[in-house]
Amino acid sequence: MIHTHTSRHLIRPALVSAVVFMLVTGLAYPLLTTGLAHVLFPAQAAGSLVGQAGAWQGSAVIGQDFSQPGYFHPRPSATSAADPADASRTVDHPYNAALSGASNLGPTNRKLFDQVSARVTAYRATNDLPGDAAVPVDAVTASASGLDPDISLANARLQAPRVAHARGLPIPRVQALVDQHMTARQFGLLGEPRVNVLKLNLALDALAAQPAASK
Amino acid sequence: MSLDYAQFALVLAGMLLLVAAGGAWLNRVLTSPTHGLAERLTYRLFGINPAQAMSWKDYGLALVMSNAAMMLLGYVLLRIQGWLPFDSLERPAQSADLAFNTAASFITNTNWQSYSGEASLSNFSQMAVITFLMTVSAAAGIAGCAAFIRGLSRKSSHDLGNYWVDVTRATYRVLLPACVVLALIYVWQGMPQTLASAVDATTLEGLKQQIVMGPVASLEAIKHIGTNGGGFFGMNAAHPFENPTPLTNTLHMLAMFLIPSALTYAFGSMLMRRRQGWAFLAAFLVMFVGFLCVVYHAEQQGNPMLTQAGADQQWSALQPGGNLEGKEMRFGIAQTSLFVAVTTAATTGSVDAMHDSLTPLGGLVPLALMMMNDVFGGVGVGFINLVSFAILTVFLVGMMIGRTPEFLGKKIEAREIKLVMLAVLAHPFCILGFTALAAVWPATIASMNNGGPHGFSELLYAYTSGTANNGSAFAGFNSNTPFFNTTIGLAMLFGRYFTLLPMLAVAGSLAAKKSVPDGPGTLPTATPLFTGLLIFVILVVGGLTFLPALALGPIVEHLLMSAGQWF
Repeated sequence: MIHTHTSRHLIRPALVSAVVFMLVTGLAYPLLTTGLAHVLFPAQAAGSLVGQAGAWQGSAVIGQDFSQPGYFHPRPSATSAADPADASRTVDHPYNAALSGASNLGPTNRKLFDQVSARVTAYRATNDLPGDAAVPVDAVTASASGLDPDISLANARLQAPRVAHARGLPIPRVQALVDQHMTARQFGLLGEPRVNVLKLNLALDALAAQPAASK
Repeated sequence: MSLDYAQFALVLAGMLLLVAAGGAWLNRVLTSPTHGLAERLTYRLFGINPAQAMSWKDYGLALVMSNAAMMLLGYVLLRIQGWLPFDSLERPAQSADLAFNTAASFITNTNWQSYSGEASLSNFSQMAVITFLMTVSAAAGIAGCAAFIRGLSRKSSHDLGNYWVDVTRATYRVLLPACVVLALIYVWQGMPQTLASAVDATTLEGLKQQIVMGPVASLEAIKHIGTNGGGFFGMNAAHPFENPTPLTNTLHMLAMFLIPSALTYAFGSMLMRRRQGWAFLAAFLVMFVGFLCVVYHAEQQGNPMLTQAGADQQWSALQPGGNLEGKEMRFGIAQTSLFVAVTTAATTGSVDAMHDSLTPLGGLVPLALMMMNDVFGGVGVGFINLVSFAILTVFLVGMMIGRTPEFLGKKIEAREIKLVMLAVLAHPFCILGFTALAAVWPATIASMNNGGPHGFSELLYAYTSGTANNGSAFAGFNSNTPFFNTTIGLAMLFGRYFTLLPMLAVAGSLAAKKSVPDGPGTLPTATPLFTGLLIFVILVVGGLTFLPALALGPIVEHLLMSAGQWF
């Protein structure tokens, strides 16, 4: 109890500092940043949305689910959502951008082997590959966020013939589109070369709309 | 592959450039005699006299009491979230044990999260609780470190500076300006910064997609500069909104390094011993590069199980290969491995990949870095831990050559060694004690996401991360139960204050001592020899203490994985 005097002396600054710093660092700082961001980079600040207001098609930086043969498919996603039938349970819901999620399966978990084996079989069947073809690892492993917008170049090239076939396009045309939509390493150095699936699929749809428009 | 090494070199070179600039700036902020207008206004509101000098006890008490008030305010705001307006998603308030865990986690700079950000917190809570506590806990860390360095540099004095001045200056002059600039760069790269909670989209295939967003960039900036680590979203910096490009990933890493490494420089400047600062930085670097090599090699090598399932993990010009389960395409193996090492070396706890899905040796690296807790250390505290090991090294060497140990011109005596040992032992005692308790707790098995040794690794990781105030997780582990919320919450508080307070006491005790001139029996502490000895002591003390626990988890799992055994 030697410090009773000192500690009583400290009550006011302790309480006031909590409130003042909350107002400065918790409200003034983020609100100022929001204001500046909306002036300088309005599109990014609002979430890099694609489409038109009221009819958004997604965000350019967030992946979305594709399963139709005429679209390129993204990486597997482990996100889930509340079961509409029973809110206390969850069901698989790939690319749920309201609740990011990963499998968190460890490297010696049998479930991981079962999942990856099933995806490898499905990938070979979907893309008409031989039964012993090695499949790019990104195509059969779940991403960390469950919202990965990108796939590897190897993965995109293997899917191109299927997409071309489904859309009635020549394969080289689709392969060229893949190469055009490759995101290179940033500044030639950072990260990995990759393909943004949503942007590539939007380009495919634009390609389909073009001949109709020119008539 | 050579580009991978070039990226490592770039980040380390960027860090070294920032060391001198950031260190000189920090040194000016902490020693400047003048107070700014906003600062004088703040002191008047607090009702304090900025010229008042504090002893280590006053300083420590002010730190603990202000932190307690801030933790309480954060707790209250989390508990009333459900009553506050403006959240279009109407997210309910956190339960009592969860709100305690969250408030303890963010005030101690740990940022362990038993909740998923986008599902649990409104934009108001993300700003007024999370961003607020992230900033003040980083400021308190800088302040604690400043007081510590003053203790080492002063002679026959009881004055460690003024806590309120240090914490206000760290916030106004260092953290907030740096954060505004960094946040705007983040937005430019694609990070949202908005007060809207969500946007409803219809995908190209006609599916509904609700995209949750908010003031992400301002939170991400302080999260990394303040080595906090708690995510806006559940999947943290792996989420494309928290980390949209390889550039933001790189900036995250440089931001995490900024203050811990600048502190070593500021230390050298304040003590007029620049070489000492570089000797510590060299010790940091040697250990860091060693661990980076282990995780990079293990992850690029991949998991034999995936090859057996038919996946191609070979690196080529068309794909990064390696173990991509729980990793993001844009970062691949190189940026991910670097991030794993940086986030645990700087005790940030931000993650851009799921550590639970790392290979066993890859997962050993973040565990080991947090167990040693001082490779770079969080803002302030890591540096203090490194000095405690330096004092221990001086003491051990002094025993070997039969001289009274001296450090920075001060005699190291029984009192200092007792306090250092308290700080050094509190860390493993807390980690291993709680892990042992949880290992025999009947409900623990239900929280595990993986079987076999990996399940034990999940448990060990949880308490290591909490005690080291890191906050990253083997995230499959369900820690949101009253038992884990409470014990991990306690581990975070013990881990923070039982290392910080004893070392402040050491600083107070050293400040009061007379300086002794270097003699022929003095062990110089700014030489490569000393750096080597320091690394040796850290590895031996860390290794001997934690090796049995690591052997039961990642090491045995690696051997079993090589032998093809699954669980």
